[in-house]
Amino acid sequence: MTLLKEPDFGTPERPGPATVSVEIDGLPVTVPEGTSVMRAAAEAGVDIPKLCATDSLEAFGSCRLCVVEIDGRRGTPASCTTPCADGMKVSTQTPKVEKLRQGVMELYISDHPLDCLTCPANGDCELQDMAGVVGLRQVRYGYEGANHLDAEKDTSNPYFDFDPSKCIACSRCVRACGEVQGTFALTIEGRGFDSKVSPGAGESFMDSECVSCGACVQACPTSTLQERSVVELGMPTRSVVTTCAYCGVGCSFKAELRGDELVRMVPYKDGGANEGHSCVKGRFAFGYATHADRQLKPMVRDRITDPWREVEWDEAIGTVARRMREIQDRHGSGAVGAITSSRCTNEEVYVVQKMVRAAFGNNNVDTCARVCHSPTGYGLKQTFGESAGTQDFRSVAQADVIVVIGANPTDGHPVFASRMKRRLREGAQLIVVDPRRIDLVRSPHIEAQYHLQLRPSTNVAVVNAMAHVVVTEDLVDRDFVAARCEGFDDWAEFVARPENSPEAVEEITGVPAAELRAAARLYASAPNGAIYYGLGVTEHSQGSTMVMGMANLAMACGNIGRDGVGVNPLRGQNNVQGSCDMGSFPHELPGYRHVSDDAVRTVFENLWGGTLLAEPGLRIPNMFDAAIDGTFRGLFVHGEDIAQSDPNLKHVTAALEAMELVVVQDLFLNETAKFAHVFLPGASFLEKDGTFTNAERRINRVRAVMKPKTGKHEWQIVGEIATAMGYPMAYDHPGQIMDEIAAVTPTFTGVSFELLDKLGSVQWPCNEEAPEGTPIMHVDEFVRGKGRFVVTSYVPTNERSTRRFPLVLTTGRILSQYNVGAQTRRTGNVAWHPEDILELHPHDAEDRGIKNGDMVTLASRVGETTLRAEISDRMPTGVVYTTFHHPVTGANVVTTENSDWATNCPEYKVTAVQVGLATVGS
Amino acid sequence: MSVTVPSEQRMANDIARNLRHLPEERAAEEIAGHIGRFWDPRMRARLEGYVDAGAAGLDPLVVAAVELLR
Repeated sequence: MTLLKEPDFGTPERPGPATVSVEIDGLPVTVPEGTSVMRAAAEAGVDIPKLCATDSLEAFGSCRLCVVEIDGRRGTPASCTTPCADGMKVSTQTPKVEKLRQGVMELYISDHPLDCLTCPANGDCELQDMAGVVGLRQVRYGYEGANHLDAEKDTSNPYFDFDPSKCIACSRCVRACGEVQGTFALTIEGRGFDSKVSPGAGESFMDSECVSCGACVQACPTSTLQERSVVELGMPTRSVVTTCAYCGVGCSFKAELRGDELVRMVPYKDGGANEGHSCVKGRFAFGYATHADRQLKPMVRDRITDPWREVEWDEAIGTVARRMREIQDRHGSGAVGAITSSRCTNEEVYVVQKMVRAAFGNNNVDTCARVCHSPTGYGLKQTFGESAGTQDFRSVAQADVIVVIGANPTDGHPVFASRMKRRLREGAQLIVVDPRRIDLVRSPHIEAQYHLQLRPSTNVAVVNAMAHVVVTEDLVDRDFVAARCEGFDDWAEFVARPENSPEAVEEITGVPAAELRAAARLYASAPNGAIYYGLGVTEHSQGSTMVMGMANLAMACGNIGRDGVGVNPLRGQNNVQGSCDMGSFPHELPGYRHVSDDAVRTVFENLWGGTLLAEPGLRIPNMFDAAIDGTFRGLFVHGEDIAQSDPNLKHVTAALEAMELVVVQDLFLNETAKFAHVFLPGASFLEKDGTFTNAERRINRVRAVMKPKTGKHEWQIVGEIATAMGYPMAYDHPGQIMDEIAAVTPTFTGVSFELLDKLGSVQWPCNEEAPEGTPIMHVDEFVRGKGRFVVTSYVPTNERSTRRFPLVLTTGRILSQYNVGAQTRRTGNVAWHPEDILELHPHDAEDRGIKNGDMVTLASRVGETTLRAEISDRMPTGVVYTTFHHPVTGANVVTTENSDWATNCPEYKVTAVQVGLATVGS
Repeated sequence: MSVTVPSEQRMANDIARNLRHLPEERAAEEIAGHIGRFWDPRMRARLEGYVDAGAAGLDPLVVAAVELLR
């Protein structure tokens, strides 16, 4: 429930071309066939009383409050479960139904606490509303009989309470958990009067399979499931629609406030990415924004061994500008650079890269996408001509076969995973390609047809073998290939070679040839086959090759350019797509145009003034190398924690220690700040004004719900640094920055804050050809003209298991934590994941004498750390897994310098390691 | 591979290994093109220095590519 109500039509939309016309209380209305009487009435402006119905859930027909009379039909049917028929005449307010409704409400209220005035949901309770709507004035049954008023409250969840005494057993929470979230953690236990909502088999919410997505709280019409923040702070009084700052799904939320205090985040029904759904992070884990650890004043120090000194903004900005210029004077203009953040807005990222190019006078700007999805940019540009995913999220609802490669959507992209699971429950088939048995492989009402449990680092061998099957078994969509693609013959000859057959690569990949063949046939023969992938593809020495391999496969099967198909990266952070779009890479100006392109540079030079360099700058790993060899001395780190997130941390920290000036802008004094000379406090997403671009290229508005606690916007600070360095760069409003982006970026020509406010969001390209954006790309032709098949030879990684390091470590993240954990570790989410855990197979554990919960050492050739072991048969033998959410573990102490050959994206997913029991004190 | 291998050498060899399926001349051109498009000039200079110093540990395709880059 939400106080700041959006329209609720009672039952879901039934889109379709055929329509029926009905009359509701004399009002004519035409609706798509299959629409319920309740929804038709709502569309005609007639609200029928309801309790168990809400338009995010299928009709259930249990509360009997929505009964109506229909001419020519007997009885009083429930309007939620009755579909409209042409010519139907419905009466929603007759003495008969009014009496029935009063009787129903009387029964509900006879077993409900009469504490409305002190109830946290007072003013936001549908039961309370309906009592008023039906005109309930008395309860004839009294309150003395058997009731549920003493039912015990469950306060085990850190974010919401479950008070069964207020439950009306409408099942909305149970249905939301199943239909919307797809977890099926809730059920109705018992029968008749004993019926009650139960998480799992009589467990508490915290002990159950509940994933705290909030769908049940959202669906509850009473105060039975209630946000604890509402209990503690009271009902919000105003609302601002904005965008979540966690993963690349980019969910829209209503930030609901009381004055300037954020009370709760409620998923926005009109949000294009999430359509009213949320996960535990976006819905509840916002407490970090006001955490006491936030540093709100700028600080400087001469040496990293000195104590910090709080200063005013002018001094901090002046210090950055002066010391950057001093370094350039001594060591050349290329001795400084910056890292942009995928957690920041497009406008903030744009001004950072502009500062580097126009004020620093070089191209030493890179982004954290370097260490996650840079191979996506490279691979999709090479094959399709655009560095972005092909579909919108809605497209998955049309997929017949879904291939998930190297991604764990239920943990990493949970709201999109819910969409995907809904489609799988409807009958779409699933192929999972992953060394781990991720939850999607088998979860309630879902089972993958094939789980290709490949060895880490063998993705390319697997995708080539799938292509081998497609080509040699004549499963190619020849019409599509002939009309839309180039380079097919060379590629087909390559993949058809015997060494690429499933049988030939079985020994390398560990995937049984018969299974691989069957999976390839399934994908190729599907009317619509869609590929979704994550960092398990990109973070390899052949990350770019694998992206191209998947693009090849999709083109060969004609699975590009319409609903239900495509090659879809699931982006890690909220603005990975946007930070790349904004020219964060050292070789590309905004819009993915190479710095060596004279015509493109001229556009920017004319607008920005001065001359831009035509040579690429340093990428993040190159910056570290150059710092150690002394040619790179000053770094502005915007909203990233490279001393925790980047691989081979010894190397990273040695590079940071070698620099003369490290500037960190962040919410918190993170690990990187230990090596900083200037700390510039950042603004949380609640204080930002701008845009994020999610994994489906959707540009969403981020609206400030409060003023920056630091006194300055981040785009403003960057502009002031550039200005202090002698390059005037001032904007009055982030909308001006977007206008500048639109002026210089062909795919953004039509984008403005005005358009976004009007449409809600828009997917680029948004320009004259597509004034309201482009949900699906490459529809009639590829952005590059013809789709290009690229030969993708399998090249084994340099990282090999040895007798000393016989296991392979792969890393990832889990549902409740987010990346380096700077945000989620400062929220109630620590209840689920207080420390990083090493998962290993029972056989590997037994060989080493390791028991569940033991502290173990994890060592590679570059470093060693200690963490707790969890024995899990979701791991194959020989492979171990951990997360990197906690700095105390420092999982990246052990990851190596190996990287993708084309982009330098680190090979986080393959590190040869040894695991052993930790000795006391280690 | 040892961590002491210079980064430019490791990275260039990785590019060569991934483009080795091409005919030699074209592979060298592609490697040179890739390095030209994505590497900072100081990295290219360092790579050229390794070639000038005898190209120890460098893939012959990288050596050929460096000659094209000069």
